[in-house]
Amino acid sequence: MSSVRRLLVALAAIAALGGLAGCGEKDQIVLYQQGKYQGKPDTKPADNDPGGSLYTTSKWTKGDKASWEAAIKSRNQNQNEYTRAN
Amino acid sequence: MARMKFLCDAERCIECNGCVTACKQENEVPWGVNRRRVVTLNDGVPGEKSISVACMHCSDAPCMAVCPVDCFYKTEEGVVLHDKDMCIGCGYCFYACPFGAPQFPQAGAFGVRGKMDKCTFCAGGPEKDNSKEEFAKYGSNRLAEGKLPACAEMCSTKALLGGDGDVVAEIFRTRAMKRGKGAEVWGWGTAYGKPDNPQQQAPKGEKS
Repeated sequence: MSSVRRLLVALAAIAALGGLAGCGEKDQIVLYQQGKYQGKPDTKPADNDPGGSLYTTSKWTKGDKASWEAAIKSRNQNQNEYTRAN
Repeated sequence: MARMKFLCDAERCIECNGCVTACKQENEVPWGVNRRRVVTLNDGVPGEKSISVACMHCSDAPCMAVCPVDCFYKTEEGVVLHDKDMCIGCGYCFYACPFGAPQFPQAGAFGVRGKMDKCTFCAGGPEKDNSKEEFAKYGSNRLAEGKLPACAEMCSTKALLGGDGDVVAEIFRTRAMKRGKGAEVWGWGTAYGKPDNPQQQAPKGEKS
């Protein structure tokens, strides 16, 4: 009887260890995060000097993301002919 | 800022391929690679519809998920870009993409497949902005110049809109409200709306 109990305890211990091993399984899906990946880092568009390029027409403050967004949004309105012609 | 998005108005697109040409010219895309193309349904039949398709810069991009070397990244503006130095040209992204956006230059013997090339939303890639290296690998970086993609800005009928998703959606919403609706209606009225004063005469020009 005691040998059966001992076997059951051993089986339970093995099952518990197996369960713990399952906890260590690595995620099979590659997790990608905003702006973080294995390649080279990229500079943000707002970090460029508006006067650095020959053909830049938009005006924003270098490094100021909000002003770059404002410049892009105002330029976006050029695609809205209802504010241009009608 | 919302994510950068393209939106093509099928009521307006006239299949002029101006966007395709603008993209080719702006980024000096080689032969055999089409970052953007125009798809027409029911070509030649009254009521045909055209739509300009490129990388849609998906919010949950399948190309990013399947890439075995993890060469894709997404910028803060929501533009999906990749590092060509890491790309192995396996083509998984091409099979995963629902729009057929990833392109592979084929050069040399045996149809050797090069590194993947796709629409960058005119945002270049992971090289110094507006450098020679960036232009050679990824094309023009118009966002770094405070501009929007050449295809959308060049579109003659303004069928293709590109930019901040909220702004683009608002432009399209205004347009849709002005021009009315109707699945059977097609032509000038649907695309551009009706004039405020239909009785108004065109100003008479004088001969010089």
